[in-house]
Amino acid sequence: MIRFGYIIIGIALSLILCGVTIGAERFPPPDFIETDHVIPSPTVPGPRQDIYEYIDVVVLLAALGLSSYLVLKRRSRRAIFVLMVFSLLYFGFYREGCVCSVGAIQNIVLSVFDRDYAVPIAVVLFFMLPLVFALFFGRVFCAAVCPLGAIQDLVLLRPISIPNWLEGGLRLFAYVYLAAAVLFAATGSAFVICRYDPFVAFFRLNGNLNILIIGACLLVISVFVGRPYCRFICPYGILLRQLSRLSKWRVTITPDECIQCRLCEDSCPFGAIKKPTTDWPMTEYGKSKKRLAVLLLLLPVLMFLCGWTGSGLKKVTSRMHATVRLADRIYLEDTGEVEDITDASLAFRATGKEPKELYEEASNIRAGFGLGGWFFGGFVGLVIGLKLINVSVWRKRTDYEAGRAGCLACGRCFKYCPKEHERLKKRLLQNENSY
Amino acid sequence: MSENKNNISRRHFLRDGFWAGCLAGLAGLAGFLVTKLKKTNTVWQIDPHTCIACGNCATYCVLEDSAVKCVHAYPVCGYCKICFGFFGPEPVDINEGAENQLCPTGAITRIFIEEPYYEYHIDESLCNGCGKCVKGCNTFGNGSLSLQVRHDRCLNCNECSIAAACPSGAYKRVPANEPYMLKKVGHA
Repeated sequence: MIRFGYIIIGIALSLILCGVTIGAERFPPPDFIETDHVIPSPTVPGPRQDIYEYIDVVVLLAALGLSSYLVLKRRSRRAIFVLMVFSLLYFGFYREGCVCSVGAIQNIVLSVFDRDYAVPIAVVLFFMLPLVFALFFGRVFCAAVCPLGAIQDLVLLRPISIPNWLEGGLRLFAYVYLAAAVLFAATGSAFVICRYDPFVAFFRLNGNLNILIIGACLLVISVFVGRPYCRFICPYGILLRQLSRLSKWRVTITPDECIQCRLCEDSCPFGAIKKPTTDWPMTEYGKSKKRLAVLLLLLPVLMFLCGWTGSGLKKVTSRMHATVRLADRIYLEDTGEVEDITDASLAFRATGKEPKELYEEASNIRAGFGLGGWFFGGFVGLVIGLKLINVSVWRKRTDYEAGRAGCLACGRCFKYCPKEHERLKKRLLQNENSY
Repeated sequence: MSENKNNISRRHFLRDGFWAGCLAGLAGLAGFLVTKLKKTNTVWQIDPHTCIACGNCATYCVLEDSAVKCVHAYPVCGYCKICFGFFGPEPVDINEGAENQLCPTGAITRIFIEEPYYEYHIDESLCNGCGKCVKGCNTFGNGSLSLQVRHDRCLNCNECSIAAACPSGAYKRVPANEPYMLKKVGHA
């Protein structure tokens, strides 16, 4: 009999406890007898309609096409500038940032690794279109379509040149950033590119104070150093760089033949103009050959070492994942190392899930980070190795050229070329004759 | 001379090969994504059954006035006279006086329907999404009040700042044609 009583109390207690956590329907909804009151239903204002997403894609396509035309055919800095301001206003201030091609990398990666995540078609197009255009026309996206580039380009007033070694070294950060963004997106931890997007707060005139400060600092730097985000941070820029190396058509400084006048030499604020090189000095030749051989042998070692480090960092990197953080916290609480409880652990306890399950989940995620760390580190090692190898390779160049990878197609160098002035004069004459 | 020419053509051949490879790679990726493509966009929403009303929604949104508001699922409501989402823990009196209210911004209005039933409305221009009323209603009432992302305000950030700060993992990406997760009768 006593046991029966205990069971009743137990059931009652557990019901109350359940009620506290879930919030059951304790009070039945009333039937209004005296009045004919009709129970209203909550309003559900809808999101931005899908059609606008497609309009954005069409505008992107049009802007990319126009940018290609202006850069390669029209060769007019002023027109490129106007398009750039339009892109800043439309993709930046009107659309308020999301989703952009830079951030879309993460959606694509997540959809590859997460079976449940389906990526919207607009995001796929935002990711793909600039890359395809880079394969054909070079970095026309950077020139006049990307709002992040545009906001920096606008404030570039007193450009200073950066030595080549520093430029290359700083760019390494962009590679690491890209690898990290892919790692965190693939494990479903975070979209770091979006979290640390320095300019989106300006577009929205609202946002996290820390990010706003970082953005303001970057803008101040942009006054002197041309487009620091694009050159040293942007992970999408890395993809565009590599694809534009192979592009079918690309920016040429001169519309005709280079006459080696050196007038354009210092015209590029982004240090993308490659100077002509002499033949390989014979004294250097033997030394560089040996160095190249050593570096080629060293490349796999470097990749392995970096991969091993990346994998070893899984304890640190996996803390980006909410589940791992929660498991660590629950473990600390259960072993009595901390006394207070957090909102997260409170929410976890309310679900009634076993800590064991959580630990297992967390250790799976950590293992994922271990494997991902190998790829992350291996990639970084590969980039460092290739950069070193590049130093030992001598490329012969006879003319002043816009660098295949680094050229942002802004069109600043056009007016420095005397051949360009000749072309413009000729076109003017033609136009006059036709009237 | 002929060797030199050969050299150049080989380089061109390699470059063209790489170029075609990259294009094929992009096409392949596009093809893969098409197999799991979603035609509608996704938006952020809070699962009210996971939400613990911690208060992060009020402060972590990138908007100054949070896109998260309290939404009242009227069909679930018990129309209680003494509502724990409306009255503070120790009300001075059972009336609409500001000193009795739980809501820090006075966003809930209480309307008499018939004895003993009252209807509660949320003024969204005042609500800041702190979830105090949601907690009260969930703990002692039917749980008809819940926090929801209001899509006329939400910017639909690619990574939602509140979702990143949500301690219970209540934020989900939902299809844009069903953008709300409102509580329903018999489902609480």
